[in-house]
Amino acid sequence: MIRSDVLKTLIPVISDKLVVCNIGLPSQELHMLDDQPSNFYMLGTMGLSSSIGLGLALAQKDKVIAIDGDGSVLTNFGTLPTIANNVADNFILLIIDNGSYGSTGDQPTYAGKKTSLAAVAKACGCENVVECSAEDTVGALKAALDSNKMTIIVSKCESGNIPVPVITMDPVVIAHRFMSEVKTRN
Amino acid sequence: MSINSKIVKDFENNNVEFITTVPCKQLAGVIEVIDNSEKIFHIPANKEDEGMGLCAGAYMGGKRSAIIMQNTAIGVTINTLATLIQYYHFPLPMLISYRGELGEPVACQVEMAIHTKALLKQMNIPTYHFHHPDDAQEFDAILKHTFMCNKPTAILTDASFWNKASSQEGTA
Repeated sequence: MIRSDVLKTLIPVISDKLVVCNIGLPSQELHMLDDQPSNFYMLGTMGLSSSIGLGLALAQKDKVIAIDGDGSVLTNFGTLPTIANNVADNFILLIIDNGSYGSTGDQPTYAGKKTSLAAVAKACGCENVVECSAEDTVGALKAALDSNKMTIIVSKCESGNIPVPVITMDPVVIAHRFMSEVKTRN
Repeated sequence: MSINSKIVKDFENNNVEFITTVPCKQLAGVIEVIDNSEKIFHIPANKEDEGMGLCAGAYMGGKRSAIIMQNTAIGVTINTLATLIQYYHFPLPMLISYRGELGEPVACQVEMAIHTKALLKQMNIPTYHFHHPDDAQEFDAILKHTFMCNKPTAILTDASFWNKASSQEGTA
């Protein structure tokens, strides 16, 4: 399974959840599969999905799923100690780890080589870290939501992309729509 | 009231409830007061662009946020300012230690100081420079302005500002 296959299996579970989605193809795929006011699409700024998600989770009560990639977490490695030391039990970081920079042409990342993001997250102090296969990701996400504990999920999937249109929605509209949705839940 | 308490009081009075910091010697006092504030959630960041991501998330969660950092961080955060904070119209007061100005003991700090205002100008970021302790009287208005116009704003605080403020407090 490649990332878009994993996302497809997640839709029934994440459709009504607050989702912060990583820049590039992940946001474009989520937008194409299931555009919702509860989705915040990152149009730029590689690496900050987990930080935006944590800030959102700490500021309000509803559950937040930040969808990130291995390349983006490697870009913003400092996020993992911050997450570990500022526990928000309404926060789930889902790292889709395909071992490559998917949006830029599938160049390999170090996470696809010797570096284990799950081991790094644990070493940073994150308490609930789950590494799973692409097929088991939806089950791991459901379990994390039911646990009411901050959880980091590293979903190991294959590298590869599908053709997908860019998001043409204005960023101010994305943010306004998302913030209005957050407000109704708090 | 000390200058640090005055700054934090202004944050509190403007309902800034979420502040991220990357430390600087000049900002140690204000960071300590923030850490002790019951009205402000203080979350140290490892890098300033990470901090801006935290602030963007908190703002979308309904909490006004701010970042405290050194001017060297302008070099780190240009992309985040352009493609996150400015692109999505998030307000973000940036209380910045303006290292490399008069009284600076570390020569390397001057290297970013000479670029700081030019970079902020290039980014069209409203910029305020606190050089004398009285300049801090404007801080409340700057915060109101930031949340009125939904832009990042830069408040540069130099060594003269901090040194004069602390010596005034010493003689008060």
